[in-house]
Amino acid sequence: MTVDQLTPTPPQKPWTHRVKPFAPGIGVLVALILSGILIQLSGANPFEAYKVLLLGAFGGTRQLTETILKATPLLLIALGLTIAFRTKVWNIGAEGQYHMGALLGGIVALTLPNLPAVLLIPLMMISGILGGLLWSGLAGLLHLKRGINLIICTLMLNYIGMLMVQYGARVPFRDPDGFLPESAKFVEAAQIPRLFSSRLHIGVLIALVLVGVVYVLLWRSPLGFRLRAVGAQISVARSIGLNTSQHILAALLLSGAFAGLAGVIEVSYTYTRLKQSISDSYGFTGILVALLGQMHPIGVFIAAILFSALVIGSQTLNVSLQIPAAVAGVVQALLVLGVLAGQAIAQRDT
Amino acid sequence: MPWEQVFTLTFLIAVLTAGIRLAIPVLLAVLGEIITQRSGVMNLGLEGVMLMGGLAGFATTYHLEQWTGLTELPAWIGLGAGLAAGAVMGLLMAVLAITWRTDQVVAGITLVLLGQSLTTYLYRADTALGNARITGIALRPIPWLSNIPVIGEILFNHSPITYLSGGLVVLCSVLLFRTNWGLQIRAVGENPAAVATSGLSVMRLRYLCTLIGSAMAGLGGAVLTVVQLNLFIEGVTAGRGWIAIALVFFSRWNPFVALGGALLFGIADALQFRIQALGSEEMPYEFLLMLPYVLTLVVLLFGNARDQTPAALGTPYTKGER
Repeated sequence: MTVDQLTPTPPQKPWTHRVKPFAPGIGVLVALILSGILIQLSGANPFEAYKVLLLGAFGGTRQLTETILKATPLLLIALGLTIAFRTKVWNIGAEGQYHMGALLGGIVALTLPNLPAVLLIPLMMISGILGGLLWSGLAGLLHLKRGINLIICTLMLNYIGMLMVQYGARVPFRDPDGFLPESAKFVEAAQIPRLFSSRLHIGVLIALVLVGVVYVLLWRSPLGFRLRAVGAQISVARSIGLNTSQHILAALLLSGAFAGLAGVIEVSYTYTRLKQSISDSYGFTGILVALLGQMHPIGVFIAAILFSALVIGSQTLNVSLQIPAAVAGVVQALLVLGVLAGQAIAQRDT
Repeated sequence: MPWEQVFTLTFLIAVLTAGIRLAIPVLLAVLGEIITQRSGVMNLGLEGVMLMGGLAGFATTYHLEQWTGLTELPAWIGLGAGLAAGAVMGLLMAVLAITWRTDQVVAGITLVLLGQSLTTYLYRADTALGNARITGIALRPIPWLSNIPVIGEILFNHSPITYLSGGLVVLCSVLLFRTNWGLQIRAVGENPAAVATSGLSVMRLRYLCTLIGSAMAGLGGAVLTVVQLNLFIEGVTAGRGWIAIALVFFSRWNPFVALGGALLFGIADALQFRIQALGSEEMPYEFLLMLPYVLTLVVLLFGNARDQTPAALGTPYTKGER
């Protein structure tokens, strides 16, 4: 008997196995076709609509700048969530952590307007990160100490955080001279510096650097290895002596810090004051961005640009073809559904 | 602070009456989600489902009213359309969470995004809906009972939907705790493998519960737009779907406690509207809006949540798994 005969023949893999690597791509294609049908139904040519959309998002320096600016908070939040989700920590409280970051950062900007920018900006960033840490830490405490479901803790804290910002902007920090329930505009020194002469700001740079940092953290550092171990199989992680609670808290705090940083950057540059509404559901959309990006920093980067491009491009679509700008959200949701479907079908029977 | 304007009988009656009314859409969603979660599926997409139900109900009612010139009947058909739209969203949730075993958190968030953006899109695309108003369903004071001073005004002067919702609380409780089918639902949320061993289909039970729950959330959304507001605007549910999820945990999956929670939310919401209307700048009505979330956390903090949580909540079931 030869060695060949001893090795059992591998079982025949079904055809879906060969399609598997392309599943997300096929999902995207199906999503684009479905969205095209919707556009057709509302009386526009889908091919033209997609062209307008692409040009509106990438067709020039101004468009590209808008797309990058809009992608930045999504990228920051989704990078943080990548760490959390890789640890199987279901932090769905990024929206609340973002708001707390914006609130604390905003309070610093409003109470210390005489500080020079070199001090004020770092102080705001630190307070923003602290806000995110506080809110994610609170959820972690409730989860780890009292055993409350983490999804519920983070979810409840979302609206509490959002309402705190609304209250803060309306009562204690309201601009006494303004008509709207919002704070006065931040001083110039509280607006994070621009990059060269463009409309981009250093937050964009920070987010790009963090893409690399998150990769190194997760795949090239002992902490990342342990976090992923907890995420892969918590019982095994525990049995090799890892303190799983500590690692869950670490993943939660890291993702909260990212969301808080996103909040303070947005409030400092885009909104320049505390207002009733300071987020475009970034915390929730960030969850889908992290997922669509396959919880990998590079994938998340691409997904954030894609989601942002859809939003920016659809504004042009609204102006030139009278298609409601909400089509962006529909395409985003269909994209996620398409990718989920692709993954599910590819993983079946393999 | 205009406290003297707050503590009057007329004010109190107005707040309590409005509170009951405002509780109904949330109550319907909570009851549905209790059934869904009892079967082991967590549908976080309620906010999107309620919006879809709200738009479907409103658009159907509006176009039927315009077309037939009737009142009331189009609204009832509209409510049916809301229910159906909710069921369709439920089907999507079920395919994602049960058949494809997608993570339920992700499936739910996707449903929210889909519901929010699709309703905004369709609302804008159908230009007739822009400033449309509908007649809806008139109030039906209950004879005799509605003449009782104070109590009659608060409890027995509502739309038929309000009375029906009260009946649904009892019905849900009986269904879950007094019928064989309810036992199956609770069992599949605790130990799906055991249910499968006894020859029942885990998939079928969970599909059904997800569909029913989502249909009720869709109905809740339709009640909001068709019966109460008589209009639709973008994001009209204003977080009620998330409140409903909070209240499911607050109620520990019990329909009667859910009724109490929904009423508490409704009254807090009514009070918040009134306080804003009084125009007092300092009143921190935001804290009233936080109440459902804070109370849910407090209840979970001091109770032993693990006792009542369906053991298999949020975990997909794979055939043949033990």
